[in-house]
Parts: sequence; structure tokens; C-alpha cells
Amino acid sequence: MSRKFTPKVVTANALLEGDVVYLTADNRWSRVHSEAELIEDEAIAELRLLDASARDSEVVGPYLAEARPGPNGPEPVHFREAFRARGPSNYPHGKQETQNV
Amino acid sequence: MYDYTDFDAAFVRERVAQFSAQVARRIDGSLTEEEFRPLRLMNGLYLQLHAYMLRIAVPYGTLNPRQMRQLAMIAETWDRGYGHFTTRQNIQFNWPKLPDVPKILSALADVGMHSIQTSGNTIRNVTADHFAGAAADEIEDPRPVAELLRQWSTDHPEFQFLPRKFKIAVTGSPNDRAVTRAHDIGLRMIRNDRGEPGFEVIVGGGLGRTPMIGPVIRDFLPKADLLPYCEAIVATYNMLGRRDNKFKARIKITVFENGLDKFRALVEERFQALRPQFGGADQALLAEIERAFAPPDYVQKPLAPYHAALTDPVFRAWADTNLSPHKNPDYAVVSISLKAHGETPGNASAAQMRLMADLAETYGHSELRVSHEQNIILPHVHRADLPALHAALKPAGLATANIGLISDIIACPGMDYCTLATARAIPVAQEIAQRFDALKLEHEIGPMKIKISGCINACGHHHVGHIGILGLDRAGVENYQITLGGDGTEDAVLGDKTGPGFAYDEVTDAVERIVRAYLEMRHDPSETFLATYRRLGPAPFKSALYQEADANAA
Repeated sequence: MSRKFTPKVVTANALLEGDVVYLTADNRWSRVHSEAELIEDEAIAELRLLDASARDSEVVGPYLAEARPGPNGPEPVHFREAFRARGPSNYPHGKQETQNV
Repeated sequence: MYDYTDFDAAFVRERVAQFSAQVARRIDGSLTEEEFRPLRLMNGLYLQLHAYMLRIAVPYGTLNPRQMRQLAMIAETWDRGYGHFTTRQNIQFNWPKLPDVPKILSALADVGMHSIQTSGNTIRNVTADHFAGAAADEIEDPRPVAELLRQWSTDHPEFQFLPRKFKIAVTGSPNDRAVTRAHDIGLRMIRNDRGEPGFEVIVGGGLGRTPMIGPVIRDFLPKADLLPYCEAIVATYNMLGRRDNKFKARIKITVFENGLDKFRALVEERFQALRPQFGGADQALLAEIERAFAPPDYVQKPLAPYHAALTDPVFRAWADTNLSPHKNPDYAVVSISLKAHGETPGNASAAQMRLMADLAETYGHSELRVSHEQNIILPHVHRADLPALHAALKPAGLATANIGLISDIIACPGMDYCTLATARAIPVAQEIAQRFDALKLEHEIGPMKIKISGCINACGHHHVGHIGILGLDRAGVENYQITLGGDGTEDAVLGDKTGPGFAYDEVTDAVERIVRAYLEMRHDPSETFLATYRRLGPAPFKSALYQEADANAA
């Protein structure tokens, strides 16, 4: 039996800065996890990933990351994605500098 | 100090020009990521969790003040004002932007530095004893040989697509400070019965997912045979090494699967064919390189300021831990700790880099070294200058007296930066250092090497830590496995796994239980943790580690 599909977001790194980005429902690359499109359907997720992969001149290495709905939008599930959405723990660098994360 | 030849300088400039064009073509869309990735990796540019990361080679860990200042300038201009010194004696910048990387490489070329062969399946930066040219126990400075290896391996056409990456370490002293037994080739200088210097050659050591202490392939290799013999090893590996499975591609697996005897026979055969081809050109080059590594012009002056300063307990504590014997008894080798309690192991700010460069000029014959233990070394400081040096380091947060102690922790970048990591390493190191600083136990504990890796690739050398900590992902939660009794010296031993891992917030307590058990069980303060562990074995340490954990859980 195949595993039940869990909601996903499409994420990648921006080509120029390397910063973590998320694909939004209106096809923008957002720097903010909560603005990502939360994809609940596996077939749509695969399609959205294909769309993202075609945007090779904007981002690097797009993939599907597990996410769950939260009060302000999608939230990361795995701690790796939580770190990507926030920045490193030894300095206040990365996203945590400009966002309340 | 060795200066690169015009040939080297032209090669580096040409590479910068090539890579600048490649970056431009990636940005304008002419190159896909698939096409660009191998090109950027050839130039040390990785994409990490939050940003790009540029890894810069520091050959055999040797820097001059001008280079250190340039690194500071780069950190401030194109990065976040700091650099991270690594266990391979390299420096990494964690926040460069892709369009800026050509400018960074050009600035590096201005001071004879580059990122070539800091990634990919090539011969990587050759590492050496960080006390090279200075240590009292040294037979010969290993850096000329390391430089010869660097010249030979750089852009070597036969070795640009090896089955996997290839790391060489050299030590000029029988006391191994370069972890030679955990390298693809380890070279440990010894003397033969006739008193001639040569190398014990170790092959197929390595940490990572299949840790192995490298076996000795040649008990004694005359110095003159070094290059053809190393070429024979790499050529044999290149033919025999597995390319079907990335996890079985390192030379340690090649040696293990074929057996040392077969591997040795093939190497010797190849060596016999290669040796005549070198025709002495390598030795002529080595002689030239050796002249460039001549010892500094030592000065003579009274030691009175040093002896007077020893009455100051703060200076005394620093002198006790951070100085090592120099071959000139009026001098000392100074280790500048990049492990201030609570700071990130191996990180230096631009201001700290500039200060270290200035102090190297004023007091250290203009030499700096990066150690694989992520500290900076001033190899030649007259003892009379030590009080002034210490006083200058102190306000910059660079006078921590903890070299070789429990807070002098190796930690890889871990999941705070690295895409391969399965857990964080830096904050674990920070918390352990702060705990033992608060307990004021660190000097009582004595020599203790804690090494932390954030994944099984073991950049943090956890297998050879007296206490090794490996961060893993267990069902979506960070979990830390502890090993005990590892040793990275000439008597290298892999640590023993203790048992089930610990949660992120349990690691420091776990380490404290081990350390308290040691303090109770040691004969006296002269018996180190490692000696006590070797005497008693793992059982009493495991019981201290787990019984108390069980009691807490109950």
C-alpha cells in the first residue's frame, strides 16, 4: 500500500543569492514560507514541481518539502525545513534578520 | 614563505577568467544548473542550506599576513564579516552571492589564493602538521613536500576524475598532529636505521560512513621516492577504485576489498615503472621549494619579560595551555583559540583576522597557520614577546586559554549551514563549552578532545574524538550518538559507540556524566581521560552515561 500523501510546498534556492524560496499559488518565488502554496494533491504537487524545474534561470534545485497548514499559512514539518525557513542558530543571519521567524 | 611561480599565478588568473565567464553565462541563462554545477564545484562553490558557500584552499594551512588581511576584506565586502576555518585547514565563506564570486576569486588571486580542487573527485588541498617548521619534535618541515604534492596534483590530467575525492596529509614529526591515519594517503616522517629521513606511508584511512584507520603500505619510503610512489598509489586507485557505488568509491574501500597485499603489489609494480620517468626533476624542484621554506631569522633577546609575566595567573593559564615547544627554546608555538566559550568553533571575524595578521607581523615572523582543530597558530613567537602578544589578543576575544581542553571542540557547520547534515553541530559545541566554563572544571579535566559531526560524513572527525558526537535524524528529530575513546594521533583508534543516542537537549548532560565518571575513576589528575578509558574500558563510562539517564527517566 502506498503511503498517504501529505501536504507539500515547492521550495528551492534563488539562483543569485542562494536564499531559500517557495513557490506561491500565483507563481512567484517568495522568501517567506507562509506565503507558499500548500499543495494537498499528489498529482498537482508533481505538476507544480515540473513547473518549478523549468524555471532554471531563477532557482536551483527545486523539490517538494512537507508542510502543514498554520494560522498564517503553511508551516514547515521537518526540522531541516524549519532551519531553512529561519536561518542558522549561531548568528541572527538569513531570514530571521528581516522576518519575524 | 613560498611564493607561487609565474606559472601558478597565470594558471589561477586564467581559471578566474574562465569561471567569471561561466558565472555570467549561468546568470544570463546560457548554462543550465546541470551544466554549471560541475563548473562551480571545480571552483569550490557549493550551494548550502541558506546561501552559496565558497571554500578556499589554504595549502598545508599556511597563510601570510597579507593573505589573512585579504580574507578579512573579502569577509567584510562580500560576506557577513567572518570566515569559518575548517578541519581541512581551509576557510569557508557562508554567504557569498553568485554574481560576486568572480570578484572574490579575483581578490584571492591577488594574494596567491584560490578555490581550485577544494571540491570534486580530485586530489584536495594537501594538509600538514600546523606546527610545521616550528615544532621541537620535528624531523623536517613537511611543507616543502606538501607544496611539491600540491604542484604535482594541481590540474594533474590523470587525476581530475578519480572515483572519489582524495585527501593527503603530511607530518614531519613522529608525533602525528595531522591525523595522517584517517587520510587517503597519510605521510608520517620518520628516520630509518641509518638516520635518514623518509616516510611511513599510510593508505586507505578515512572517517565518514565506513571509518577505517589506514594501514601502513610502506614502512619506510625514502624522501626522494615520494612523488612517484604517491603517483603509483593514486594511479592504482584510479584504475581499481569502484565507480559503480559512491559509498564504496573511496580508496579505503578499494584497499579493503582487494586486500592490502594485492593493492601494495600493484602499487609497487606501478612505482617501478614510474620512478625512472621522474628522472630527478622532482628532486630539483623540491630542493628549490625547500629553500623557500628556510626557517625565519630568529632573534636573541632576554627572556625576562616572559618570566615576569608568569606570575600573572591569567597569562600563566594561557601559557600552560596555548603554547607548545619550539625547536628554538627561546621561542614558543602559539595557538590562538578560535573557541571562546559560546562562540562558533573555527570562526573569526574580519577584525580578528586583521589583528592576527598584525600580530603575526609584529611578533611572529609574518607566519600564520590554520590548524585542522580550527584554531590559528603563530608558529614562531619569541618568549619575550608573549606577554605583549597575550595582552593584544585578550580584548579581541582571542586569548581563551583552552587549547586541548574540553571546550576546544571541533564542530562541522552541521545543519546550521550544510545541505548534507542530518543535525546541528555548532550549538551543541557552544552549549558544552559554556557548561564546562560555568562549572569551572575544564582545567581540572585536562586534555580532552570532543569532536562533533552533523552527519555520518564525519567532517567533525567524531570517530577520533576522545568523546565523539554524531548528529543524526531519527524519525524527524535530532539525535546524537556518542562514541568514546577515539584518538587521532599516531596511535589512532576509532571510538566505541556507547549505545542509544540522546536528544538535542540531553547531549550536554550526557557529556557531563561521562566527564564526572572520569573524574571519579582516574588514579590522579595526571591520568588523562583517554588513559583512564583505555585502562577501564567502556563499561563504567557506559553505566555512568545510561544508568543515570534511566534513573532520570524513571
